[in-house]
Formats: sequence, structure tokens, C-alpha cells
Amino acid sequence: MLLITCPWCGPRAETEFSYGGEADIARPLDPDALSDAEWADYLFYRGNPRGPHREKWNHVHGCRRWFGVERDTVSYRIARSFMLSAGGPGADADAGPESGGDANTEQED
Amino acid sequence: MAAAQPNRLQHGGRIDRSRPLAFSLDGKAYTGFAGDTLASALIANGVALVGRSFKLRRPRGIVGGGAEEPNAIMQVGEGAKTQPNLPATQIELQQDLVAHTTRGWPSVGFDIGAISDFFGRILGAGFYYKTFMFPRSFWNYYERAIRLSTGFGEAPASPDPDAYEHMNAHCDVLVAGGGPAGLIAALVAARSGARVILADDGNEFGGSLLAGADAIDGAPAMDWVAGVVAELREIPDCVLLPRGAVLGYHDHDFLTLAERCVADPRGPGDATRRDIRPRARERLWRIRAKRVILAQGSFERPLAFCNNDRPGVMLASAVSTYIHRYAVLPGRHAVVFTNNDSAYRTALDLAGAGVKVAAIVDSRAGGGGALAAQARVVGIPVLQGRVISDVTGKNRVRGVSIAEWSGDSWENVTSTVRIDCDLLAVSGGWSPAVHLHAQAGGRLDWDESQLCFRPAHASEKQRQSHDSAGAGNGRQSLNECLTDGLRAGTEAVAKLGLEPAAIKAPAASSAGEAPIEALWRVPAERDADRCPKQFIDLQNDTTVADIRLAVREGYRNVEHVKRYTALGFGTDQGKLGNINGMAVLAAALGKTIAEVGTTTFRPVYTPVSFGTVAGESVGGLYDPVRKTALHESHEAAGAPMEVVGQWHRPWYFPRAGEDLHAAVARECLAVRNSVGAMDASTLGKIDARGPDVVKFLERIYTHNVGRMKLGRCAYGIMLGEDGMVMDDGVMARLGENHFYLTTTTGGAANALNWLELWLQTEWPELEVYLTSLTEQFSTIAVAGPNSRGLLEKLGCDIPLDRDSFPFLTVREAVLAGMPASLFRVSFSGELAFEINIASHFALDMWRKVLDAGREFAIAPYGTESMHVLRAEKGFIIVGQDTDGSVTPVDLGMNWLLSREKDFLGKRSLGRPDCLRKDRRQLVGLLSFDQRTVLPEGTQLIEKTGRTTPVPMCGHVTSSYHSACLDHPIALALVAGGRARKGDTLFAALPGSEPVPVQVVSPVFYDPKGERQNV
Repeated sequence: MLLITCPWCGPRAETEFSYGGEADIARPLDPDALSDAEWADYLFYRGNPRGPHREKWNHVHGCRRWFGVERDTVSYRIARSFMLSAGGPGADADAGPESGGDANTEQED
Repeated sequence: MAAAQPNRLQHGGRIDRSRPLAFSLDGKAYTGFAGDTLASALIANGVALVGRSFKLRRPRGIVGGGAEEPNAIMQVGEGAKTQPNLPATQIELQQDLVAHTTRGWPSVGFDIGAISDFFGRILGAGFYYKTFMFPRSFWNYYERAIRLSTGFGEAPASPDPDAYEHMNAHCDVLVAGGGPAGLIAALVAARSGARVILADDGNEFGGSLLAGADAIDGAPAMDWVAGVVAELREIPDCVLLPRGAVLGYHDHDFLTLAERCVADPRGPGDATRRDIRPRARERLWRIRAKRVILAQGSFERPLAFCNNDRPGVMLASAVSTYIHRYAVLPGRHAVVFTNNDSAYRTALDLAGAGVKVAAIVDSRAGGGGALAAQARVVGIPVLQGRVISDVTGKNRVRGVSIAEWSGDSWENVTSTVRIDCDLLAVSGGWSPAVHLHAQAGGRLDWDESQLCFRPAHASEKQRQSHDSAGAGNGRQSLNECLTDGLRAGTEAVAKLGLEPAAIKAPAASSAGEAPIEALWRVPAERDADRCPKQFIDLQNDTTVADIRLAVREGYRNVEHVKRYTALGFGTDQGKLGNINGMAVLAAALGKTIAEVGTTTFRPVYTPVSFGTVAGESVGGLYDPVRKTALHESHEAAGAPMEVVGQWHRPWYFPRAGEDLHAAVARECLAVRNSVGAMDASTLGKIDARGPDVVKFLERIYTHNVGRMKLGRCAYGIMLGEDGMVMDDGVMARLGENHFYLTTTTGGAANALNWLELWLQTEWPELEVYLTSLTEQFSTIAVAGPNSRGLLEKLGCDIPLDRDSFPFLTVREAVLAGMPASLFRVSFSGELAFEINIASHFALDMWRKVLDAGREFAIAPYGTESMHVLRAEKGFIIVGQDTDGSVTPVDLGMNWLLSREKDFLGKRSLGRPDCLRKDRRQLVGLLSFDQRTVLPEGTQLIEKTGRTTPVPMCGHVTSSYHSACLDHPIALALVAGGRARKGDTLFAALPGSEPVPVQVVSPVFYDPKGERQNV
């Protein structure tokens, strides 16, 4: 069971969270301007990478905040948790991935 | 009656001779002592035959002394408490324990299935796959017969009366394994101030020291163990878990551990924790550890020689365990067969206990080291460069044939000597218990000098939170194990940032050992495919020949060979035979063992009962129960409950003598003709406010939210981005920037999460606050032509007439003296009011509503009538009439879709698939016969006839008998359905002729909607 660090509440067991899929999928500002193929790309297609993956999690049985997690899809190691928007703890100012690190989860302040 | 225990030694062992325990096996009474396992007590009583093998039904005896036991698999206890698949080697003996062998019908001594041994030639690898595949349709019959003959014990037929529990724990250091390495690792960690959990699957700490006569620091090793355990017991942050088997090493250093709780704490090595008393039968620990030290020791391997499965063939280490720990003799005339030095210790143990050791057969031409010299000193003949080519005896070993060996496993040998014996102690080397290391993602290295897989640490250590120590880390001598345990414990506390306590490594004697020799298959008088069976996996009857056959048939990958031959598939999970099997596979493939590799190690390490997995989550605690504020009134009224999500909702309110249909008919007619009242409190309720709330809700809902005037209500739906209907409900505009949203009962949590997702991730610039009010407010729906009169009678401080309080508006009011919000909305199509009231007023309000309604013959109604009433009006229920593939256009709700704005899912409605003419659309159905209520889910077909396959053109989503229309009604999704009104379709009912139905409008009652708007 993963140990996930909520930027607000700290490290908690995976059972407190729900998964929200790949992060950084921006909703198109003008959907009507998109072709069917372009809309389908936004709607259905995801990266599914082997290795580091930026994804959304919701602390659904806790503070109910959505946040981002960078998790390795092979080792399941979590490099970091981050805010999905500016202004909160762990705000994702510099989106560069965390290097190395022993701990499963690192919270940035 | 204390029957004699013929094989019990007079002295020694860790048993309590003052506490005899009576037990039975297969109905026969025996006696053992406290401290025995079932296995040791059976050996004490001279019971050699304990089961029959899985496939060939060969007689089998006890082989091991612990978790690796493949043969002595028992059914323990009777009735509801019975438990199958327990290895006798791990069952602590208790007074009146009742055990049964599980693998011999009608008895272990005489087994009809033993005839299959006669046909053993044809029962090779993949036999079941090959023989029972044809004709394919017969598999069901084959399977039934095969399952009957397998006999893996029986599950209890009635609910388990025992309690099980789950325990969550955190620690700095979890030490798995309480042998010498684990004990000293735990000691240094605990002394350094770390919070420690030390677990061992045995009833006593000590591990391998329990099975020998080692000395530590010049004193008996068990004295050292007792000292360490006593010290750990006094350290407050140290938890000792004997009888605790670590089952799984899961992600992020989360480990599961099953603890067998003891009923009788007087037993030796009783539970040492002061905080928890054993109330449960078993306890599952869920542990999050910062550091984990794996010190689970190693498993001795058997050797693959002919007829190596005969009762009386035992692991050498198990023989030593039975002598030292349990003071029982597994035989009187022993032969020892080995390819390494450790078995010499067993020979010495046997000789010391007075057993005649006829010979030590050592495959190595050069023989053993210091222990071999000792054996010679006590007069045990040592035969070097020889192997055991065959075993005689069927229900018990009678003798062995010995041959000289050239050093080539695949060449035939000629036996020259025969020795009588009743015990053959075997050692093929040692395999570290790397299971948890591998589960944690650790790699394994093949150690060519010790011939074993051991944890690979060097490259990964920096990233891992776990470490291995002792025999499980490939250390062999006691001295090395103690040093390695001390190292692992010290490194763990250092990594935690603690100052490691200085401990001097205890000193143990160690003998110089000669190296082990590879002997993966013992040569026989005939070649490997024709000689008597050489078993690799005793529980699954997998032989050397089976593995070679699999290779001849084209299998190359170790995982495939495992599945084809069933190698390692039993309850022992191949602890005994897997490495030997992989070595035989490697030889057959012409590869090295390192190249072949191991199969995947998965949780759980040892079998675990379902009760332990379930813990407290059984019966009433299986799922949380949510009750509305009116629940006690519904219960008092005798309403049966329907579980919706976790809510318990009244289903209907029967009067004396009424069944469901009668009650529902009466309730529906009351609503249509006078007035009814329903508890609608389970609807999801969300308070949404903030300066940007209109902008936000415009993007979520499909209709024009901004155009809603203050005090207006509207029906709203939300779509997923794929355009499919996700949830629906009534919303009300309470203020300029203040809305009240309702959702479906089952979708309440999802809807709130959905709103939060968009608010938090996509549009964080919007200032909107969402608060769930589902439990804070209760909702009483009052529906029917007399609902207005009822509210007036209750006393309402606002006018309720149509002009002052029109349909689809909301008003704050004082009703029956209580503050409430009144919504003029209707889910029945009648004039109706929903009273929204703080939950602590709700029960009082409900009672007053029913009191005041008496003059109108009010009927409280439940979910069933609600369903009928809404279906008569063609109102959908999301999740019943929709299934995640239904758009609002499919439902005929185009009027709800704003053309003036974007909303979630709007673009998807223009996708080609959503524009198809043959999409399934909501329609009504009438049965031509005016009486068939179609089962929900019924498939609809175009015409009758026997031509298959029959194309299906839709299915029934809701179906009821309508009391006010006096005929059945149904809602359905039909391909291109809206254009097919008047058409005839057929409902395909299993077991009867298709029923003709007519496609009609989904609105069956008051199609113009006049009744709700009066």
C-alpha cells in the first residue's frame, strides 16, 4: 500500500486517497474549435509512460484536496507531491523532477 | 489415557512433560506434551504415514520441521471452527485437538487413488491439460471428477464463530525472524532507542538455535536467547510477536503479518506483550515500517533421488529439530545423505540421542570438514563419493541402495551396497528465505560457491529500506549470522538518524566446513526419464522427469514450466523444491541456474485463513450503515429496508396482511388521489456559494444557470467530458451567489468530488465554496393533490397558493413551528412540496406530517412507490435508466442543453458516435397482454424465430405494475427508439416464449404535466 504525502496533511496510507489519472491534461479553452480527432486526443489518449509519471490524487477521505504526485510506474517510488496550482504548500513553481532521494515521498515547502 | 509415546526421549527438549495433552488424528487418540507441534507429537507416537500425495496418491510422511512441510497437511478442528490446509509442523498441540489427514480417501492407509501410481507413467507433466481437453464441452464433467479426487481439505459449512481482528502499527524497525541474526538486530535497534517490532512465526524465539546444541559466549545458546528476549520485553517501545508470520512485503514498506493468538498463555513462549490480550483467534497486523530487517533464515533443500518421497525420508535439519526441540526420535536406524557439511551435525545429534547411524553417504569425493572428522571419532561410517541410488519400503523406508558416483548427474550408476534403515536424513544444501526481499522488489544473485540465490544488495541498498541478515542473507555459520545481524541492526538505526548502541558481537564456536557440491539430480541405475520417480515438489508430485518432459515439449521459461508441471504450486509454495526444480530445468535447457532464474515471489509467504484477512469486517461490520434522521420511525412502522449505497431506506410501508405489491399499489394511489409522504433525506445536498459560483455552475450543468431568478428551482444534469449523463438533481438559487444543489443518493460523494476536481485543478481562479449538507439536512417529500392542504393544516407562515408559491420555486418558511425550506418540486408528477429541514427537527416534523395527514388518509411511501410514480411520468433514475453510455440526447433531454455556452461534455455530444441514428434511446414499453411485468434487464429483439444469433435492439431499464393505470409499464433503451413509436418488439424471456411489446412514449401519466403545476 502506497504511502502518499498530501501537501496539506502529510504522509497517509493509500486507502485515504483516490486516483485521478494523468496530471497536466489541460482542458481546451475552445472545445468547439477542435476537430473530432483533437477532442478525442484530449478525451481518451494518455501517455502511460514506463517510469516517472505525474498524476492527480485526491485526499478524498481526508482534506479532500486534489494534488499532484510524481510516481514511478515501475518501482512505484514517489519522488514528490506537488500542488496543481499556485498558492498552496508544495506549489509546483519549478516542475523539475526530484533527483534520487531515499524517502518515498518528499514534501516541498 | 496417556498412551505411551514410544519415540519420546526421557530428557531434554523444550516440551513440558508435566503437561500431557490428549489429541486425536483421524479419530485415534494420542498424547503429546505442551510445547509439541502436532508433527512432533505424531512422531513421538510413532505415526509415520500422514497423508497421500496430490496426484499419484503415494503414501507420505513428515518431511520438515516448519513452514516448508509439504506432506503433513491437516484439517484441524471440527464443525464451524474447522480449518483446512495447516501443516502439522506449525500446529501447536493443544488439549483435545482434533486433526484429520486431508489427502486420503477413504483412509490414508488404503487409498483407491493409489491405483494412479500404477498408471504413473501416463500422469506426466501437463497430464490434465492433455487428457481432459477434448471434447471441450466435457470439461465441466472432467473438472468435477478431478476436483473430487484432489482432496485439499474442507471449508467449514457454517459461519466461523471465532473473532479475528486487524491491528495497525508503525515502527522504526521491523525485524522479521527471531533467530540469532534477528534477535541481535532487534536488540541493537531497541537499545538505540528505535521503536522495534520483532516477529517470528514460531511459538518461541531462537530460530535455528532451538534445533541445536550451540553455545554462545561459552554458555548454551538458548540462555543467550532468553537473556535477549527478557531485555527486549522490558523495553517499552519494543513489541515482540511470537507466532507472528510476516506474510507480505508490500509497496512503500507496508507489511502484513498474521499472528496466531493463544488461548492458553501458560504455554511455553507465551505471548509476551502486555498491552494486548488474546481475544481473537488470529490477528492481522498492518505495519508501516521505516526500516525492515529480513532475518527469516534459510530452508534446507532435499535431494532428488529415486523414491525420495517414502515416509521416513526427512530433511536433516528437521531431524535435528525433532531431537533437540521436541525430544522425539524420528527413527531408530538412520542413514544420512548429503552433499554438504551441515548434515554431519544431524548425524552427531542422532548418535548422541542413541540412534544407530549406519552410514553417512556423502556425494563429495573429498568428503566433509571438521564435523566429518568428529563423526568418524564417534564411530559413524562415512562413505565418500557415493550417492543413494534408490530407496526401498513403501509405507516406511526399509533400506537404501548406495552407489559410487563419478560426478556426472546424468550418467547411470550401479549400486553396490544396501543398508537397512527406517530413517533417511537428507541435506541438499540451504536456500536463504528470500521471499520477502523479492516481494519488496529486491533482486537475487546466484551464489556459485554456496549454490543458492541470495539477496543482492550492493547496487540497490541506497534506495532500499530493507536489509537482509543472517542465514537469509547467505551467512552460514552461527558466528557469521550474529555478526551480520549486529551489522544490519546497527546500519538500520544509523539510517534512522539514531546513535547506534555499542554491542560486542557474541562469540559462538564454529567448525571449518568443506564446500558444498552441486547434486541437483542424484544419478540412478536407469536414466532420468526411466528410473523410479525422483521427486522435486512433493506436494504436487512433480518429478525430475516431469520437468525434462516439459522442456522436450517446448517449454523454456521458468514461469511456464512452473504452471505446466505445477512445480511450487502447493500450500508450501515450493519452499522445499523450487530451487532444485530450477536447477533441473537449467540442466535440461543447457543453461546456468542464474540464467533460468526464479519464479516470482508473491505474497503471502505462508497460507493465511480467510478469517484473518476479513478481520472485523464481517456481519454487521462488513459495510458501514447510514441511517436517516427518520430511521427509528420507519423501523417502528415495520418498513422493510432497501440498501441504497450504504443508506438503509424504507422500501415500502406494509399494513397488516399486505405484501410488497399490495402496499405499493395502495401507496401510489394515495399519492395520485390524496397525499403521501416520503423520506428523501438521502439525496446528496451541496451548498455552493462564492462570487464565481454562477460562472462555475454554468460550466458544470447543461442548462443556463445564470438565467435562474432568485428563489427558482431547476432540474439539472451534469455530464462527464465524454458527454454521458453522470448525475442529476434539482438545484435552487438561494441568493445572487448562492445555490443549493441536490444529487442522486448513490452519486452524492462522486458529484462533490467531481465539482472539487474542476474547481481545484482546472479553474482554481474561480472563488467558489462547496459544502456537503447531506447529513445536516433532512428532506420530507409531501406529494399529492392534498399536499397543499396538509401543509396549511400544519401551520405555515407563508402563502402556499399557486401564484404566491409557484411550481419550481423555493421559499423559507416556518412550518409547524419549525424553520424549513420548502421546495415546490415533484418527482411524482403531482402537486408536491419537499420540506428541507435541519436533521434534528426532522423526526418531529415527520410525525407532525403524518398526524396532520390523517384526515387526508396520508400514506407514508417508500422507495418502491417512488420508483413506480416517477416511471409513470418517465422520469429517469441515473444509474438505473442510464449506465454511463447514455447521453442527454438519448434521453430526449435536448431542451436541457444550452446552445449559448460551453459545458463539460458538450463537445463530445458532437462526436460522430454520439450522432449515430441507431443509438439506444429512452422509450416506454407496453406489454400487449396487459399483464406481463418485464424483468428489468430483459433484452429486446426484433422478431421471434430460431435463427441465431438473434440481434438485440435494446433492453428494459425500469419495469413496474402501475396501479393507477392498472397495467404494467416499462422504460427501455431501444436503438433508434424515438422514431419507432408504435412498433412492436419482443421481450426475450428465459424459459418462455418472447412477449410482444409496443414502443410508446416514456411518459405514461399526465403527459402535459398539468398535475404538478396546480
